[in-house]
Amino acid sequence: MTTLRAGTVWGRPEADTPVQATCEVLARRRNGPYWTLAFAAREIAERARPGQFVQIAVRGQSTLLRRPFSIANVSRQGPGGGTVEVVFDAHGPGTEWLASLGAHDVIDVVGPLGTSFPLPQRKVNALLVGGGYGTAPLFYLAEQLTKKGLRVDMIVGAATGDRLLGTIEAKRLSASVTFTTDDGSYGERGRVTDVLDEVVRSTRTGVVYACGPNPMLNALSARCVELGLPIQVAVEERMACGIGVCFTCVLPIRGRDDRVRMQRSCIDGPVFNGAKIAWDVSRYDLGASPPDDQLASERVASAAADDVSGTP
Amino acid sequence: MSSDVRRITAEELRATGQGGMPEDEIDLSVDLAGIRLDNPIASASGCFASGTEMDRFYDVTELGAIVVKSITREPRGGLPTPRMSETPAGMLNAIGLQNPGVAYWTSNDLPWLRERGASVIASIAGRTVEDYRHVARALREADPAGTIVGLEVNLSCPNVEDRGLVFACSPTDSAEVIAAVAEEAEVPVLGKLTSDVTDIVAVAGAVVDAGAQGLTLINTLLGMAIDPDTGRPELYNTYGGLSGPAIRPVAVRNVHQVHRALPEVPILGCGGARSVTDVVQFLRAGASAVSVGTSTFVDPFVGQRLIAELRTWLAERGIGSVRELIGATSSWTD
Repeated sequence: MTTLRAGTVWGRPEADTPVQATCEVLARRRNGPYWTLAFAAREIAERARPGQFVQIAVRGQSTLLRRPFSIANVSRQGPGGGTVEVVFDAHGPGTEWLASLGAHDVIDVVGPLGTSFPLPQRKVNALLVGGGYGTAPLFYLAEQLTKKGLRVDMIVGAATGDRLLGTIEAKRLSASVTFTTDDGSYGERGRVTDVLDEVVRSTRTGVVYACGPNPMLNALSARCVELGLPIQVAVEERMACGIGVCFTCVLPIRGRDDRVRMQRSCIDGPVFNGAKIAWDVSRYDLGASPPDDQLASERVASAAADDVSGTP
Repeated sequence: MSSDVRRITAEELRATGQGGMPEDEIDLSVDLAGIRLDNPIASASGCFASGTEMDRFYDVTELGAIVVKSITREPRGGLPTPRMSETPAGMLNAIGLQNPGVAYWTSNDLPWLRERGASVIASIAGRTVEDYRHVARALREADPAGTIVGLEVNLSCPNVEDRGLVFACSPTDSAEVIAAVAEEAEVPVLGKLTSDVTDIVAVAGAVVDAGAQGLTLINTLLGMAIDPDTGRPELYNTYGGLSGPAIRPVAVRNVHQVHRALPEVPILGCGGARSVTDVVQFLRAGASAVSVGTSTFVDPFVGQRLIAELRTWLAERGIGSVRELIGATSSWTD
């Protein structure tokens, strides 16, 4: 095992490109049933936007691939000029290794990767909905929205009360927060969708952002479409490269021509317009697929945030 | 911000007195089946898309060649997920050749590659012999500027005209495809073979006789992983291609075996290369150049790094040209 030296960075100077960096771990701490890992990464911190993720090289028995983690927090100050935080559940050899790290250990990180949550161009109330540790990127987003002077409300759900992520942070970052658990052990009994209508009505929600398991994002997107609310979701798909070249993390996305194309959640996503994900066709072989000549223009449109222009 | 690989200067070498050469004098250029490459490091098909994604990290034209993701006649959406499963020192994948089709590729990806001045080896795939012929012709007609310096024929596709048997498993089916592509092509043709056959030398011979100027060895190995709890295959497609460092010894063996039997046939080695010594192994086994695939997923800069490290490796040993390594093995009885 070679020992990494912190502070080596490979990449281009342009701010919209990802870098590879060796980063010193500043802290690893318990976050309920999850772990939070903070590391010094100036270039990544400077370039990161909410919704993006990093790929961390892990060591385990013969593991090869990096592991993707959404960015939970970014500070552009601090040791080395910037820090990044990720949250994870130690459930496999790679994440167990990460959970064994402590301050001064060095990790190899690629990022920031993927698309970010488009921020509203107009004054609008934002509702952030998170499930399990999928809530992680919403904290960074909440901070950015608040900085823009927007009202932020949250719904945070999990199977049980002890699986909820960041209950205190959620309260700190939002005007109101509603917790739901499947077993009713904390907050409201039920799913995030069970309380959605009431929260939307009482907070005058104009746009919804969500991250969590696919069934949750699916149900949430469907209801938001019915309510006429724009919804942006960050998906968590199994991926190998995370940089757009292996085509393993694809999702069926409906284009402007209403045809479905397999798009990569690592580079075309992870943030997608929830109304455009064709959840119903995800298990079918698309066979011959139309060429993706509209993808580029849709990506630009999404970056310009014209999908998120609801009114309060 | 750049690679921190250190160049060894002539002064430093004189100071150490250990032989060796200055790195500036090292010649990394090779000839692969009539294709002149500035260095022997190429991307592997299906692991580099068409280069634009990787160009966010570094100037991809630094590579000896960019072997692009396989192009088919029609656009293909690929297989449902899950498409990937990690394995010890490797991974299984079943993507289903997702690609936008040759018409889209020539009007969108090719212009970018041309503008960048890349040396492109276009990988082509199909379900019938006519599919392959069509793509080869379309690429030739769309590329008068000669950005495409070679064609790599992905023969690991089911042949719908022969009971779905994979072309690369049959010497005659493989030969038919190569003959059709060679008729259309004005650039060297490489046949990409699988190791999942009884006698790879027989397939290699058939492919060369049919008009291939060289070979790419090897494609992924067919594998399977099963979820122990549910009993379901890890991949939607049940079987998938195994890649990564796990298959490197198999790839090196195939290169060596074919090179020994057909020493005049140029080989692009492929399978699990990650370090400079892996590259040297492929070259010594008989490869003229080496494709780097799965390692890119783990280390986006691996191609750029291997070029620099190969130069250093040669300089330290006083080997003036990388070509001296090609096929340079010795045996225990020498």
